[in-house]
Amino acid sequence: MVRVIVDVMPKPEILDPQGKAVLGALPRLGFGGVSDVRQGKRFELEVESADDATLAEVTKIAETLLSNPVIEDFTVRVDA
Amino acid sequence: MSTIGVVTFPGSLDDRDARTAIEAAGAKSVGLWHADADLHGVDAVVLPGGFSYGDYLRCGAIARFAPIMERVIESAQAGMPVLGICNGFQILCESHLLPGALIRNDHRTFLCRDQDLIVENNSTAWTSDYEVGQRITIPLKNGEGGFVADAETVARLEGEGRVVFRYADVNPNGSVNEIAGITNERGNVVGLMPHPEHAISDLTGPGTDGLGFFTSVLKVLV
Repeated sequence: MVRVIVDVMPKPEILDPQGKAVLGALPRLGFGGVSDVRQGKRFELEVESADDATLAEVTKIAETLLSNPVIEDFTVRVDA
Repeated sequence: MSTIGVVTFPGSLDDRDARTAIEAAGAKSVGLWHADADLHGVDAVVLPGGFSYGDYLRCGAIARFAPIMERVIESAQAGMPVLGICNGFQILCESHLLPGALIRNDHRTFLCRDQDLIVENNSTAWTSDYEVGQRITIPLKNGEGGFVADAETVARLEGEGRVVFRYADVNPNGSVNEIAGITNERGNVVGLMPHPEHAISDLTGPGTDGLGFFTSVLKVLV
């Protein structure tokens, strides 16, 4: 089995209230030096093999279900 | 008598109130189940509020692929009136029946209050009983009600008069241009975050301003 990783992130121009909440918590915890936080999602898909057809299928899954292209970008990669 | 279906997804909350509102307007309501692949001959459909499929993944993202949604999407594209309230609005956006998306409120908290709206478009299937510019009070309750879309889409919605409702006085969730509800090009599909089905009786809501949605659609169905 091979693991394929799909990372989904809010588009840069879309407000990310969850990332903002995390950012806001950092100084309270004494962590400095972080100027921005964006929060996304990571999906791990187990597949038989990472051939081109499978990766094309996973890309289709990512754009159909795992992400909403209106507000999110995604990347597909094979777990090393 | 016109029949209006209300879809119940796992996690729907306001399906009962939607059915009550439909009956109060003088139509027959029919309960539809998410796993059905049949609309049972209804003349219009309401997608109610709640947390379909636990709002997992994204609000409305899983519900959009429920068996009944294939029929709803087909029928909506053919002109059947469809109203999406709150989670129903999120489902309509995920289904691409309406453009844009709903994201977490900019202030990050769930908000529940009686919200004033301005009616911007009374030529849709669900708003003909209102006047343009009319101010109505409808309960609003959501955590992810911020309407967003790319600038081009927003300009098209504004230019084509497809913003149906705008929040009055304050923007409760960070929605672009204070947009509370929109419609498709044809005007048969309407989605909004506030809950008209909770405003049909003085006894249980802030008034009866929401009843107009359900009386409006009856005129189209006659």
